[in-house]
Amino acid sequence: MDYSQFLAMKQEIALLCVFLLVFLYDTFMPRESQKGLPVFTVVLMLLATAAGFCSHCLGTSCQSEVFGGMYFTSPVVAAIKTILNIGVVIVLIQSIKWAGGELMIMRRGEFYELLLVTLFGMYLMVSARHFLVFVIGLECASLPLAAMVAFDKNRYESHEAAIKYILTAVFSSAVFMMGLSFVYGLTGSLYFDKIYAAVFGAESTLLVMAVAFVIAGIGFKLSLVPFHLWTADVYQGAPTSVTSYLSVISKGATAFAFLVVMAQVFGSVYSQVWEWMMYALIILTITVGNLFAIRQRNMKRFLAFSSISQAGYIMLGVIAYNALGLAAMMFYILVYIFSNLGAFGVIGAIENATGKVSMDDYRGLSKTNPKLSFVMMLAMFSLAGIPPFAGFFSKFFIFTGALQGASVAIYVLVLIALINTIISLYYYLLVVKAMYISEDECPVKNFKSACSERIGMWIAVAGILFLGLVSPVYDTLIELAANSEIATYFLR
Amino acid sequence: MFENILIYFVVIPLVMLGLLALCRDIKQIRAVAVVGSLGLIALSVVTLVQYLGMRAAGVEDPMLFVDSWTWFAPLNIHLAVGVDGISIAMLLLSSIIVFAGSFASWTIKEPKAFFLWLILLSVGVFGFFISIDMFTMFMFYEVALIPMYLLIGVWGSGNKNYSAMKLTLMLMGGSAFLMMGLIGIYYHSAPEGGQLTWNLLEIVKNASIPHGWQSFLFPMTFVGFGVLGAMFPFHTWSPDGHASAPTAVSMLHAGVLMKLGGYGCFRVAIYTMPQAAHELSWIFLILTGISVVYGAFCACVKTDLKYINAYSSVSHCGLVLFAILMLNETAMTGAIMQMLSHGLMTALFFALIGMIYGRTHTREITQMGGMMQIMPYLSVCYVIAGMASLGLPGLSGFVAEMTIFVGSFQAGMTDYLAGHGSLRLVFTIIACCSIVITAVYILRVVGKLLFGPVHDEHHRTLTDATWWERLSTVTLIICVAAIGCFPNFFNNLINFTFKPAIFSVLGMN
Repeated sequence: MDYSQFLAMKQEIALLCVFLLVFLYDTFMPRESQKGLPVFTVVLMLLATAAGFCSHCLGTSCQSEVFGGMYFTSPVVAAIKTILNIGVVIVLIQSIKWAGGELMIMRRGEFYELLLVTLFGMYLMVSARHFLVFVIGLECASLPLAAMVAFDKNRYESHEAAIKYILTAVFSSAVFMMGLSFVYGLTGSLYFDKIYAAVFGAESTLLVMAVAFVIAGIGFKLSLVPFHLWTADVYQGAPTSVTSYLSVISKGATAFAFLVVMAQVFGSVYSQVWEWMMYALIILTITVGNLFAIRQRNMKRFLAFSSISQAGYIMLGVIAYNALGLAAMMFYILVYIFSNLGAFGVIGAIENATGKVSMDDYRGLSKTNPKLSFVMMLAMFSLAGIPPFAGFFSKFFIFTGALQGASVAIYVLVLIALINTIISLYYYLLVVKAMYISEDECPVKNFKSACSERIGMWIAVAGILFLGLVSPVYDTLIELAANSEIATYFLR
Repeated sequence: MFENILIYFVVIPLVMLGLLALCRDIKQIRAVAVVGSLGLIALSVVTLVQYLGMRAAGVEDPMLFVDSWTWFAPLNIHLAVGVDGISIAMLLLSSIIVFAGSFASWTIKEPKAFFLWLILLSVGVFGFFISIDMFTMFMFYEVALIPMYLLIGVWGSGNKNYSAMKLTLMLMGGSAFLMMGLIGIYYHSAPEGGQLTWNLLEIVKNASIPHGWQSFLFPMTFVGFGVLGAMFPFHTWSPDGHASAPTAVSMLHAGVLMKLGGYGCFRVAIYTMPQAAHELSWIFLILTGISVVYGAFCACVKTDLKYINAYSSVSHCGLVLFAILMLNETAMTGAIMQMLSHGLMTALFFALIGMIYGRTHTREITQMGGMMQIMPYLSVCYVIAGMASLGLPGLSGFVAEMTIFVGSFQAGMTDYLAGHGSLRLVFTIIACCSIVITAVYILRVVGKLLFGPVHDEHHRTLTDATWWERLSTVTLIICVAAIGCFPNFFNNLINFTFKPAIFSVLGMN
C-alpha cells in the first residue's frame, strides 16, 4: 500500500490532529486549566483553517483519489472544506462564553470533541465518491449532533429536541439507505462513477423511486419541505451555539454533498428524473419556510424557518446544474454562514446576558444596545438580500446561475423565488422594526457582551460588508467551479 | 478610477457618510450636510459645463465621460459610468433636492442617524443616475430603497409602521420583477456566441434580444420600474408613504426617487427592447392614463395636505410614464422636462407642507385658514408652487406639460392617420383633462388654506419662515422659474445624443 496517498487527505488529517489535541487536553490537563479549553480549540481550528487555506493558495491541493476512488479531493472540495472551517471557527468563538459557564464544567471537552467529529463526518460526505463512505460521513455528522442538541441538560426543551432530532436522523438515514439499496439493485455498484455510467439512459420506475428516496433522505438533513418538521423544535430546544452550528455548517456541507451526489451519480438523468422533483421541492421549501416564519415570535424558531427558506434558495444552485450555479451555491453558503452567524451571535449574546429569546423582548433594543442591534440589522438585511450587503450578491448570483440557458419553466421558478424574497423581507423587517421603531417600557437593559462574543460578531459583520463588494472571493470560486471535476458532469 | 469626474457623485456622499459617523453635535452634522450637498451641486454644475463644452466642440458620442472598471469578471459585471444630457439633468435635480432637503430637516430629532440614512439614500440615487451597467444600476436602485423603511418608520408621523412596511414591500416587489427582467436581458444581450454584457450602450448596439423574449422581459422591466414611478395599480404605496414620511424624506422621495422609476423605464425598458415597447405600449398607456386622471381626482377629495400632494404626484409621475410611452422625441423630451419640473415643485410643496405642519401641528385643510395673514412668506411660496403645478406659463410645469401634450398629439395623429387605431389620441385627450382637475385641487387648497378667515385663533401667534427655511424654498423656486424661463436650454441639453433604438424601429414601420 502506498501510504503517500494519505497526504491527499491533509485537511482530514489536520482536523483529526485538532481533535486528538483537544481530547488530550481535556483528559490530562488539571481541572483549573480546563477553562482554557475553548480558546485552545479556537486557536487549533484557526491553525487548521489557515493551513488548508495556505495549501490551496500554494497550489498543492490538486485532484487525487484515495482508497481506490472511494475518497476524492480536488481544489473545489478543498474550498468548501475551508468555507466550513471558517464557519466553525466563528461558531467556536461565539460559543466560548457559553462553554465557559459553570454548568458546562464537566462536559466542556465533550462538546468540542463531538463538534469536531461531526465536522469530520461532513468532510467525508463532501469527499465521498462511494456510497459507503458517504453513509459513514452522514452518520458521523448526524448522531453526535443529537448529543450536542441535548447539551442543556437542565432544560426540558433540549431533551425533547434531541429525541426529535435523533429519531428523524435515524429515520432519514433509513430512507436514504432504502434508496441506496434500489440503486445497488439497479446498477450493481456503489461507486459514483459506475452508477453514473449504469443509469445513463436507463430510466425506470425503480430509478425514479431510488432518486426520490435519496433526495428525501438528504432532504431531511437539509430540512427541505416536506421533510422539515423537526427543524423548528430542534432549533428552539438546542443551545444557541449548537443551533447556529446546525443551521449553517451542517446545512452548508450537506447542500454541497447533495449537489455532488445529484451531479455525479444521477447527472445523466437530470431532466428525465429529478429536475421536476427539485422544482417542486424548491417551491415548497421557499414558500412554506417563508410563510411559517412570519408568525414566529421566538427568535430561534424564527431563524429556523428562515433557514428552511434559505435552504430552498441554496437548492437553486442544484437545479441550475451548471458551473455558475455551483459557484453561486458555494458563495451563497459562505455568505449565509456569515449572515446567519451574525444573527445567532446577537441572539446568543442577549440570551447569555438576560435569557430572553422572544422577538418582543427586542423592542427598543436600538436605544439600549445600539451596537448589538446594528449587527442584527445588518444580518437581517443580508439574509433578505439588500445591497450593498453580501446577501444581495449571493442571491443575485444564484438567480443568474439558475437562469443561464434556462427554459421558461425555470424562469417561472426563479420568479416564484423572487416573489418569496418579498415575503422574507417582510419578516426580516419585523425584527428591524422591533429593534428600531417599536417602543417598550422595559427593553433589554444595556449590557456589555463578552469579548469573545464581540469578536465573533465583528467577524460576521466584516463578512457581511465585504464579501459581496470585494470581487476576488466570487471570482476564485467560479474559477474553481468551472475547472472542477463536477463541472464535467454538467452535460445538459 | 478617480480621474473620471462621475465617480465623485458616489464618492462625495460616501465621504459624507464617514464624516457624519464621526460627528459629535448638531452643528457638525449640519456643516457636513450643507458642505457636502453644496459640493454635489458644484460637481453637477461642473459636469454640466464640461459636458456642454465637449458637445460644443463637436463630440458626437452617445454618452460622455464613459468609463468602465471590471468588478465581477466571470459575469462581465463592470462598474460602468457615463452620462448624456438626460442623466446630467437628473443629477442636477438630485443635488439641488438633497441640498434643499438638508435645510428642510434643520431641526430634526436624532439628526445623526437621520442624516446617515438620508445620505445613504442619496448614494443610491446618484449611483443609479451615473451607471450604465445594469447590475450596478440595479444595486444602487435597491440601496436607495431600503433607507426609506427606517426613515419613515423612525422619523415619520401618523400611521408610520403600516406605511413604511407597505412602501418597502411594494417597491421591493417591483424590484423582484426587475431583477428577473434584467437577468433575462443579460442572457440575451449578445448574438449567439457573443460576449454577454450588462452594459446598456452595448446592449442597445447589439440589439439582439429576440422578439419573443422582448414581449416577456419588457413587461417585467417596465412594471419593475413602474412601481416606483407610481403606475396604476401599483401606486398605492405612494400616498401612504409620502403622508407618513418626514419632510426631507418626502421631498427626496417624490422629488428624486420616483424619477428613478421613470428614468429606469425609459433607459432600460424602452432603450433595450424597442419592438416590445412598440407592441405592448398600449397596455401601459392605458394604465398610466388611468394614473394621470385618477390621481388628480383623488387629490380633489383628500383633506390632508400631504395626501393631496402625494396623489398629485401620482398624477404627474403618471404623466411622465405616459409621455415616455408615446415613443416620439417630443413627448419624451417633455417627459424628461416633467421629471425635472415635478421633482422641483413637489419637493417645494412637501417642504412647505412640512414647515406649515411644524407650526400648526395639523395637515387637515379644514382646520386651517387665512395663512396668508399669518405667514405671508410661506403662503406666497405655496401659491408659486401651486401655479407651477397647474401649469402657469413662466414656471416649469407649463413647459413640461405643453411639450408632452404636443408630442402626444403628434403620436396620436400619426397612429390615427396610419390606421393604427385611435387609442393614443383618445388617451391624450383624457390626459389633457387632468390639467383642469389639477387646477381644481390646487385652487381649492390655496383658497381654503391661504385665504379666507383665520380658522383657529391660536394660529395667529405663529411665526413666519426662518432663514434656513427661506434658503431651502428660495433655491427650489429659483430652479422652478429657471426651467420655465429658459426651456430652450434644457431642451438642447436633453436632445437625445444617445438615440433610443425605438426611433429607428418606428422609422422602419
